[in-house]
Amino acid sequence: MNFIALKMLLGDRAKYIGIVIGLTFASLLITQQLGIFAGIMTRTFSFLSDVGLPDIWVVDPQVKYIDDIRPMRDTMVLRVRGVEGVQWAVPLYKGSLAVRRTDGTYQSCIVIGLDDETLMGGPPGMVTGNLWNLRKSGGVIVDQAGAAGKLAHILPGGKRVPLKVGDEMEINDNWSVVVGICKVTQTFQTNPVIYTTYSSATSFAPSQRLLLSFVTVKAKPGQDLNALCQRIERATGLRAYTRNNFKMVTFLYYLKYTGIPINFLTAVVLGFLVGIAISGQTFYNFTLDNLRYFGTLKAMGAKNGMLLRMILLQALVVGGVGYGLGVGAASAWGLIIGGRTQLAFRLPWHLLVISAVAVLVICLGSAALSIRKVMKLEPAMVFRS
Amino acid sequence: MSTAIKPTTPKTAVAVCCEGVTKTFGEGNVAVQALRGVNLEVRNGELLMLVGPSGCGKTTLISVLAGVLRRDGGACAVFGQDYNRMSEDETTSFRGANIGFVFQAFNLIPTLTTAENVATPLIINGAKPHAAVSHAREILIQVGFDDRMMRSLPQDISGGQQQRVAIARSLVHNPRLIVCDEPTSALDSETGRKVMELMRELAVGKDRALIVVTHDARIFDFADRIAEMNDGVITRVVDSPSELKSMQEKVD
Repeated sequence: MNFIALKMLLGDRAKYIGIVIGLTFASLLITQQLGIFAGIMTRTFSFLSDVGLPDIWVVDPQVKYIDDIRPMRDTMVLRVRGVEGVQWAVPLYKGSLAVRRTDGTYQSCIVIGLDDETLMGGPPGMVTGNLWNLRKSGGVIVDQAGAAGKLAHILPGGKRVPLKVGDEMEINDNWSVVVGICKVTQTFQTNPVIYTTYSSATSFAPSQRLLLSFVTVKAKPGQDLNALCQRIERATGLRAYTRNNFKMVTFLYYLKYTGIPINFLTAVVLGFLVGIAISGQTFYNFTLDNLRYFGTLKAMGAKNGMLLRMILLQALVVGGVGYGLGVGAASAWGLIIGGRTQLAFRLPWHLLVISAVAVLVICLGSAALSIRKVMKLEPAMVFRS
Repeated sequence: MSTAIKPTTPKTAVAVCCEGVTKTFGEGNVAVQALRGVNLEVRNGELLMLVGPSGCGKTTLISVLAGVLRRDGGACAVFGQDYNRMSEDETTSFRGANIGFVFQAFNLIPTLTTAENVATPLIINGAKPHAAVSHAREILIQVGFDDRMMRSLPQDISGGQQQRVAIARSLVHNPRLIVCDEPTSALDSETGRKVMELMRELAVGKDRALIVVTHDARIFDFADRIAEMNDGVITRVVDSPSELKSMQEKVD
């Protein structure tokens, strides 16, 4: 009966294409919006992802997420180092400082100050230059996107010339020189990221009593990280998070206190409803149009179970094709647009599963209506003209 | 390939035997008694025509005889089997194995080729599509189809050809009872006669009975017997040529 079911479905080209387009659109919209949502939410903790070596991040107890900087006393580094189970602990500065561009305008940048001795917490990848050059006086490393974008020199004709090693710039009225270009994961704020040493960063920053943003900690091998966090908190009165916990705290903060989820959820629900409206309706109409033939099959000996399997197969085929096209289109869109712009787009397998489940629900919902109609069909209807 | 469906019941001289069959649609004030106690016997190897005015219950009666509609009362055995004693699934299986259908509007699935349409009863009975289509092509050759026509879709062939496909479909699984509802009403006179000639030639056999519901007096001479129905009952059954002629004149 699969043969007949597929011939019935594929033979009615107009309806088949209509159903598939509806499901493709639904799948595309759901996958794309979830992909952008995932991309944006991943950017909220991109700094944590880039600084991969530390196991634990120690912050002021009032800190609610990674960008919520509450400076601490520098001596806290020493206190954390004294906690049992800590292999090393280094200071990290993170702050937003104004950079004066060559055209005289200012650009807000994220400045990261790395421990002067170890340079722990540096960028995940270098494009040009060397991390150790940060030790040169006023040395800074600028992220590639920032160097080519917001910090680029703008020539009189409007042409942008990316920053390069050796270029000078002013950070908060302090002279600095570019010693390297690096790659970083795009941040949520999309501001350029500048790496320098902790001492340089704190000298660039406006004068204030407390400047230490984070203490990053590496645990000794075999340590229970949660237990170590508790020991650090008891010893220092600060808050200690494992890297994953800090990511989750940041993620949940953005989830709770921004309108991001509801905006994307609205688009996802819209995609789902469009799928139901277009595909469900078209699929149901397709069944209604074929009701006479389902009745004929029933009269000729097809049991309800056979007809049920036929309709489910038809629903799953259009669902599979629509899902594949939708996810393919969303992926292509992400690759093409994401490669050329700063689009936040990620497509982890979880999203593919969510999208597949959504399309499956649309298909089964559409099929359920049709199945109900066919199950209740009296085979005697075939004799009615 | 099991294209020939084995009969589920022993061969008897009587294919269908009904006594006092009743069927009512609706309830209360809107109830319509379509069958008011039908007595009818259809023998193996005969072509019985069921005639009568519109609304007299002919279609209801063949629906009951074909097992697509449950009777309310009376007794009815088709090859010794009583549908009312079978479950829904058993009735469906019985239909699949023993009953062939020819419809007024042909009811050919428009997205299947003619050969695939003919193969449908075999596929329903569990045959593989490829084998079923091969067997269907053999039957289609018997109704005069060539290779090109077998690959055609129903909408690409004439009404007479569509009815020949429907006849082939009703025969392909070798059923013991074929019910035809107005098989010639959508066809012109000559095509209608050709279709009936084909049915007589291919469908009527020693172990098979045909019941044809018709208004078309031009095809009465193809019948072995004619049962006249009126107001939900069989009023008379005739089988002599003169009675046929007088009935034909009466219908005209």
